[in-house]
Amino acid sequence: MAKFQSLKEAVAENLRDGDTVAFEGFTHLIPHAAAHEVIRQGIKDLTLIRMTPDIIYDQMIGMGLVKKVIFSYAGNPGVGLLRRMRDAIENSWPRAIETVEHSHAAMANAYEAGAAGLPCAVFRGYRGAGLKDVNPSIKSVTCPFTGEELAAVPAHRPDVAVIHAQKASKRGDVLVEGIIGVQKEAVLASKRSVVTVEEIVEDFDDLHPNLCVLPHWTVASIVHVPGGAHPSYTHGYYDRDNAAYLEWDKISADRDLFTAWMNENVLDKGPEVFADRVKGL
Amino acid sequence: MTSLSDFTPNEMMTIAAARALSNDDVCFVGIGAPSAACNVARLTHAPDITLIYESGTIGTAPNVLPLSIGDGELCETAVTTVSVPEMFRYWLQGGRISIGFLGAAQLDRFGNINTTVIGDYHKPKVRLPGGGGAPEIATSCRQVFITMKQATRGMVEKIDFYTSFGHGEGGNHRERLGITTQGPTLLITDLAIWKPDPETKEFTVVSMHRGVTRDKVQETCGWKVRFSERLEETPPPSELELTTLRELQARTEKAHGGKKGS
Repeated sequence: MAKFQSLKEAVAENLRDGDTVAFEGFTHLIPHAAAHEVIRQGIKDLTLIRMTPDIIYDQMIGMGLVKKVIFSYAGNPGVGLLRRMRDAIENSWPRAIETVEHSHAAMANAYEAGAAGLPCAVFRGYRGAGLKDVNPSIKSVTCPFTGEELAAVPAHRPDVAVIHAQKASKRGDVLVEGIIGVQKEAVLASKRSVVTVEEIVEDFDDLHPNLCVLPHWTVASIVHVPGGAHPSYTHGYYDRDNAAYLEWDKISADRDLFTAWMNENVLDKGPEVFADRVKGL
Repeated sequence: MTSLSDFTPNEMMTIAAARALSNDDVCFVGIGAPSAACNVARLTHAPDITLIYESGTIGTAPNVLPLSIGDGELCETAVTTVSVPEMFRYWLQGGRISIGFLGAAQLDRFGNINTTVIGDYHKPKVRLPGGGGAPEIATSCRQVFITMKQATRGMVEKIDFYTSFGHGEGGNHRERLGITTQGPTLLITDLAIWKPDPETKEFTVVSMHRGVTRDKVQETCGWKVRFSERLEETPPPSELELTTLRELQARTEKAHGGKKGS
């Protein structure tokens, strides 16, 4: 049953050292504010799952909170590479991280299998692809009906899913709109979930019946954080802050600059700053 | 801005790639150079082409090029936006895509692509972003088109990692792996148009863009280039094609504050 909480309470109650956590959002609705709270609380030894690790994973990795990343595309969207993640992979700074790499199809199927309560996902994939040779969790199965060889990967079953969404109703139902990514699957595949929202409304009575809604009893904690996806965007509320993504390329290029930026903009701030950051976007 | 009779190699590449697409195509659009080509096709000779981005947007018609594959405008202008698992399961794996359009960091003569690492996978010299949707785009779409700028760094004798499978070691290698789709059928660079040899599957230059020499194509390619016996010259961009591309890029730069979309 969804609880309405402060971000501090929601993160403290749901995330523990050593947890496997999926912060999802496919370039849209990326839960920046929630990730920053995790960094402030110093929750460590995390295994992070994400199709498209971007700035927030770069930040958590750069702050030394991550031991392993399971992913399918690690880039700063539209800009280039993730410099903190690269520094960890190439130079073990600030600590070595383990990586488990998949294709998007495998990751999406693995979330869906997790949501469906299955132990693994089966799909037509990885044919001729090099990832099969470097990721031992990519296996194959033979279709018992046709004999076709198919790829199999373990289902994602995170301890916690963290997402950002447009609205919650007072009862705690959550509405996700626009590019919905894998958020529904990530929440349903996880033991617990933290959802930050732009707005809390009375009810969802006048909504179209087929929208993407997570019922209140599938969500652990809801937090009202206007602007909580910045510099990502929230469809219907504010646009992507493209300049911030470009700026990150410079900040993340240098260890000292990165550390100073994190102190000033994350460690010394709280979730209330996000509403201001999206003004004018 | 250059005049209409004067075009850059990049413009020629985008326009030649756009021409390869038809009105009936359902095209899975990769990040980077493919996106400009697909949208120029839509804005010129193929107004009804279905463009699909892996973020789940189907039948999208953006007014400016997106900065990322998940920009809001892709969703706002789409016929429908589906979840990412649905995109990969029903639409891509389901065999509903005619053309997968990919870019490449490293490419070999058989259309195998690397966007994962430079150097050894476990001790990379450069860690690139990775494959994203490409491994399955390369095998599930009926055909694959590739577009990239020629450079010896990118077009190499041997790629460091098989992010996505083209024709493998050539010949019937796809068939031997149980892949039933055609794989790479077209490579469009800033200098030339290449097609795989029907038997060996090695990319062969079938058309050079205006003003390009065989030496220039060879100098910027890391393998020994084969030229078709019936080598043609790529028709230069028409006024409509060039104007459409330049206006699209101008709108894009304005919308993204000077940053070129992809």
